[in-house]
Amino acid sequence: MPAIAIAALVAILPLFFPSGYYYRIGVLVLIFSLAVVGLNLLMGFAGQVSLGHAGFLGIGAYSVAIGPVHLGLPSWLSLLAGALLSGGIAFLVGRPILRLKGHYLAVATLGLGLLLAIVLTNEARWTGGPDGMSVPKLELFGWSVRGATAWYWVAGVTFVCGFVLALNLMDSPTGRALQAIHDSEIAARVLGIDVARKKLAIFVISAMYASVAGSFLALFNGYITPDAAGFLRSIELVAMVVLGGMGSIVGSLVGACVLVVLPQALTVFHDYEQALLGLVVMVFMIFLRQGIVPSIAGALAGRRK
Amino acid sequence: MAELLQFMSSGLTVGAIYALVALGFTLIYKASDIINFAQGEFVMLGGMTTVFAALAGVPLPLAALIAVVATTAIGMALHRFAIEPARGASPVALIMITIGASIFLRGVAQIVFDRRFHSLPPLLGADPIQFAGAAILPQSLVVLAGATVIVLLLWLLIERTLLGKAVVATAANRLAARLIGIDTRRIVDFSFAVSAAIGAIAGILITPIALTSYDAGTLLALKGFAAAMLGGIGSAAGAVVGGLLIGMMEAFAAGYVSSNYKDAVAFLIILVVLVAIPQGLFGRAKVERV
Repeated sequence: MPAIAIAALVAILPLFFPSGYYYRIGVLVLIFSLAVVGLNLLMGFAGQVSLGHAGFLGIGAYSVAIGPVHLGLPSWLSLLAGALLSGGIAFLVGRPILRLKGHYLAVATLGLGLLLAIVLTNEARWTGGPDGMSVPKLELFGWSVRGATAWYWVAGVTFVCGFVLALNLMDSPTGRALQAIHDSEIAARVLGIDVARKKLAIFVISAMYASVAGSFLALFNGYITPDAAGFLRSIELVAMVVLGGMGSIVGSLVGACVLVVLPQALTVFHDYEQALLGLVVMVFMIFLRQGIVPSIAGALAGRRK
Repeated sequence: MAELLQFMSSGLTVGAIYALVALGFTLIYKASDIINFAQGEFVMLGGMTTVFAALAGVPLPLAALIAVVATTAIGMALHRFAIEPARGASPVALIMITIGASIFLRGVAQIVFDRRFHSLPPLLGADPIQFAGAAILPQSLVVLAGATVIVLLLWLLIERTLLGKAVVATAANRLAARLIGIDTRRIVDFSFAVSAAIGAIAGILITPIALTSYDAGTLLALKGFAAAMLGGIGSAAGAVVGGLLIGMMEAFAAGYVSSNYKDAVAFLIILVVLVAIPQGLFGRAKVERV
């Protein structure tokens, strides 16, 4: 049911777009939503924080740049390779890192994200260094995807697929096991859940979501710099999850929407942009600490009683 | 040998600053269980306020004093107006509030000050001291001396005053502390004030060597946070040792491996340490009751 509603929303919304600029914003919202859905699976459902998710975004982004430019691979194959690479790295480092809890997990993922960003910045021969590199256009079955309108539909279809996949995953035995781990790791273990394996699985999946979103971002912008993998990007992703509401898949879309649209609206204020952004994050977290979607849902449920 | 000494002196200098940032993290964490990601902005505010007060014609010692007082006030305001109203929120929500505060302070700093890099004149002159073949900046000695004095003062404050005992009691058990008549809200207020002051002093000390700008706080906060984790969060001794270790590792990595990868080496070692000793060097293993 929510899947059909979201698909309808994505399909109908462009009717209200007055100009191509709105398509551009729409594409960015959809791409970030995809990454945020993945991160929300990890944070909201499994209860594990990652402050380094932009590292995986960066791998996805650079794979569609490096693959076609240096290795002669088609973009779509590079995208898949990037997702596999992200998943592989998440698999290798996930097992030791996910044993950590709370703030220790936060600093470990933070370190992982920073390491990936530092490598991307310093391997200038492959990545163009701090200046970044340009990304060839995506070609799908002979169709060259260019322009915000075409991208809106590609990103829209991908987002809806990612959304449905996440919903189904949460309804599967693995999803229920993850929610049990969130509530109490020890109780979950007593119930016979292989905690380490389930946490690792969701970490790998969420890294792959971020990687695909990163590839799309690079292909859409046609350009990529190491900022895509930086600490501030990681924080932005976490902020989107928390603002929208941890554990609310619909909230991921709302959180991404707020933090993508807000800076665009704030460019009017120019110099005050950063200060206002910080202020908005603080005010939202103080007054809607559950996140936007769960807070509103809670208020509606309360009124009905 | 001279090379080794050279790297050690620069490692200890920057390590001392990381240690002060880590102490700020530790103090607030002890009193309130909050990780304050705006800690790096305190360092930036200390340096930037001093620079701009000095540019306005205020004599340097007075400018430094103004910077410390202003930053302390900002630290207390952060607690009163952002942390206190969100009492009872989840740890992630509280972390997001302090990250929001850090973005906010950075944004305000680039409006009130500017976006350029600034420096301060070193306290004891700029001519390096030659020692066993290594050239040591006099300001490095000032940084180390300043950091030592702060650590000693903090130790005296915690161990020898009634206020310090109240902080320890609050850290040990907030409910019990409240039951014996400690105003724990004021203790947290106090911990934010002291952390902000320590951060500001660190910022003033390091500015003659490392320059400062409105966005200088982010990386300092990350390194300080990592140092606090490496030492074991909540352990003051751990914060100091963690900070010095990270500073040294960075200096040696920059000297012997590659200066491009100095940040990478520090975080790589932290990852390895965390995986090998999940509680950090000085932290106690938590035994959970179910």
